[in-house]
This record gives sequence, structure tokens and C-alpha cells, in this order.
Amino acid sequence: MQLAIIDSGGANIASLRYAIDRLGMASELTTDPDKVRAASHVILPGVGAAADCMSRLQKTPGLVETIRKLRQPMLGICVGMQLLFESSEEGEVPCLGLLPGRVRRFADRDDLPVPHMGWNQLEFEPGSPLLKDIQPGDHVYFVHSYSAPVSPLTVASATYGEQFSALVQSGNVFGAQFHPERSARIGSLLLRNFLQLQQTQ
Amino acid sequence: MRFRDHVVVGDILELAQRYRDEGADELVFYDITASPDGRTVDRSWIRRIARILDIPFCVAGGIRSVADAEEVLGEGAEKVSINSPALADPELISRLSARFGAQCVVVGIDSQTVDGVYQVYQFTGDPERTRNTARKTLDWVREVQERGAGEIVLNCMASDGVRKGYDIAQLSAVRAQCRVPLIASGGAGSKEHFATVFNEARVDGALAASVFHTGALPIPDLKSYLRDTDIEVRP
Repeated sequence: MQLAIIDSGGANIASLRYAIDRLGMASELTTDPDKVRAASHVILPGVGAAADCMSRLQKTPGLVETIRKLRQPMLGICVGMQLLFESSEEGEVPCLGLLPGRVRRFADRDDLPVPHMGWNQLEFEPGSPLLKDIQPGDHVYFVHSYSAPVSPLTVASATYGEQFSALVQSGNVFGAQFHPERSARIGSLLLRNFLQLQQTQ
Repeated sequence: MRFRDHVVVGDILELAQRYRDEGADELVFYDITASPDGRTVDRSWIRRIARILDIPFCVAGGIRSVADAEEVLGEGAEKVSINSPALADPELISRLSARFGAQCVVVGIDSQTVDGVYQVYQFTGDPERTRNTARKTLDWVREVQERGAGEIVLNCMASDGVRKGYDIAQLSAVRAQCRVPLIASGGAGSKEHFATVFNEARVDGALAASVFHTGALPIPDLKSYLRDTDIEVRP
């Protein structure tokens, strides 16, 4: 196993690397398209604004094209997940377009503060290899103002005023809206499950 | 949880581990060595905490610039919490929010009633320097949100350390002006106090220190009590 973490400049990269360390796995933080291509697993973390993250990826020639063509398991986390979609309402930015759909902002409501920060339950029908040993109702940690609507790609959802995608999958491409690196035991299980996925081709 | 008392790093690691294992949902570290005298500090302890914690944590104290916050977040903290420096330079909130996103920027507010009005205090880490800023708390709550704060921790000074319960009236007044997550601080003494602050002041989180440090209220007991009273908590 060779894990490449794409250096998207977000503030959660340190905690993600420590979470991988705690699993006893090695990881390489990189923006080098060759290293990303050569990895068996790729994680795209992201914290901050979608537009900033996209423009940081675009700074390295060939990186965005490489990400779009990956065949190995890839996991986007938080804004990294949002970037997998076609576009985001945040800054009206075109994203990677690996998943159909558009990321939108939580509706402004008096009774629900935005950003959504905190521990919420995962709702899902068991079956995804990513959710092995995880139960519906288990709590994970979210920090976000934008989310992807529930769609046929949704593997697990969560509810904050409205239901949204907590975990999505399409082929080799996975996305987690929550932060597995800060979701205690459940987050650690999710990362472990991801790293145990086999390459599809 | 508030690490207000002076403890050495080894003890902090042990304490952090204990709270992690007991089911704390988030930890706040008040770096009293960094504030308020403006010394440059060694922040390597943050990395040691980040390596062992698998829950979110926030660092408060001594963050006066984007560079300070960059260092703290780079070491592995999720959030930075600013208090006195934000009062001295409110624009700091905007700069931090623009650079890291609102979700990283917590503004701590120390407040108490003076002549029937909630007012903001500064430099509360040092009794010698603590002063009334003459700012009205509700105005400051609105301003910090406009500037991009993603969370507010309201420490009700009169209740702090007394363990007689959170200041429900003040927290409710702030809640009405607060559209970002609001965390109650100051006054927790029993499990009932937590239920009351969630139900009556509708806060998003409740922070406590001494009641946990002393072992007076074990977190698993608190959580099972809250669950029994139909407040959703992570097991």
C-alpha cells in the first residue's frame, strides 16, 4: 500500500497524517502528479474555501488532469469531497467534475447555526465496504457550510435541518463530508476500510 | 474543557488522553504561557497533542496574527480561539476568517453584567490587567459574526468557577443574536446544569473545566444522563 495525500494546503492535513500514523500506515504528502499516479490510494483533503483549494491544485501543472484520470481508490475529505463534484455554490467555482451534481450552501435558518460543526449520526443501509464495522447511528464529526445533496451516489447521509450526503461513492471515487481524522474510533475505522480497498483496475 | 491551571506538558498529554477515552467531544487548550505578555512561545506541544487525539481540539491564547494561527493549525489543531487580541484588533477576526475559513475561527468573549448591561472584559487571564472594555456584549457578538467568526464561546465571568450553573439569562440573550455555533462556558457544577443550558439557552455546546478536572462529574455519567433526558449526545 502506498498512500499519497494531495497537498491542497488545507489546515487539516497535519491531523489527517497523524490519523494515518495511528493506523500504522505510511503516507506521502505531495503535489507531484507522478507520485499521485504511482500511489495505490489517494486522499484529497481540503479545508477552507472551494475556490482556494481548486486554485491551489491548478498551480501544479498536470495535477488536476492526473486526479481526474486516477483509477485507484481516491477519497476526498470535506472540501476535498466537494471538489469531486461538478461545481460549488461557494464562489461559483467549477470543480473536478468526477461526480455529477452541485455542492450548495446550507439554507439560512434561525434555529440552525452555519457552519454546521459537531457530531452527527450516519444514516445508511449497510453494504458499502467503506462502512465495514460501522453501524447506522454512529457519530462522526462535521465542520462545513456547504454540502452535496442526497443522490444515487450517496452511501451514507446525515441530517442538519436537511438531509445531505455524508459519504458518496462512484466507482473508485469516494467522498466523506465529515472529518474521519477527527471522528474518534468511527473515523479511524473508515480510514482503515478505505486503505483496505483494492484497486479496481 | 479549560486548562486554566498551570500544568506541565506531560500532564496535559495524560489529561487529553483521559478525556478522549472518556468520550469528550472536543477539547480546548488555554495556552496561558502565551498570553498576555506577548512572549514568543514554543508550540511543539500542540503537535504532541495532535498525534494522540482523534477528536477535534482548539487552542486559545497568544494568537495575535495570521502567522500565529498558521503555526497552531499547522501543528494539528482544528481551531484557534481568540479573545483579547480580537478586542485590540477586531480586523484580526476578518483576516483569520479569510485565510482559514470561518470554521477555524472561534472568538472567546468574557462577559458580565455591569449596571444591568452585559459588558465585555479583556485580559481576564491576568487578574492584575483584567479590564472592562466598555463594549456591550451583544454588540460585540454581532460584530464578531459580521467579521467572520465561526463560533462563539461565551464565558459568563460571574458564574465561572462557582459551579452554581451556567448563566442561562445571559446565554439566552446572546443566543438570540448568534447565528453561529454558541458554546456556553462558566458555571458547570452538576449534570443538571448541562441539561438546563442545552434545553433553555439552546446552546450548541457546553464547556467545563474544574468539574471534569477534579473528577466530580465523570463524562460517561454526564453523557448517559443527557441521553436519558432526550438530549442527543455522542455515546
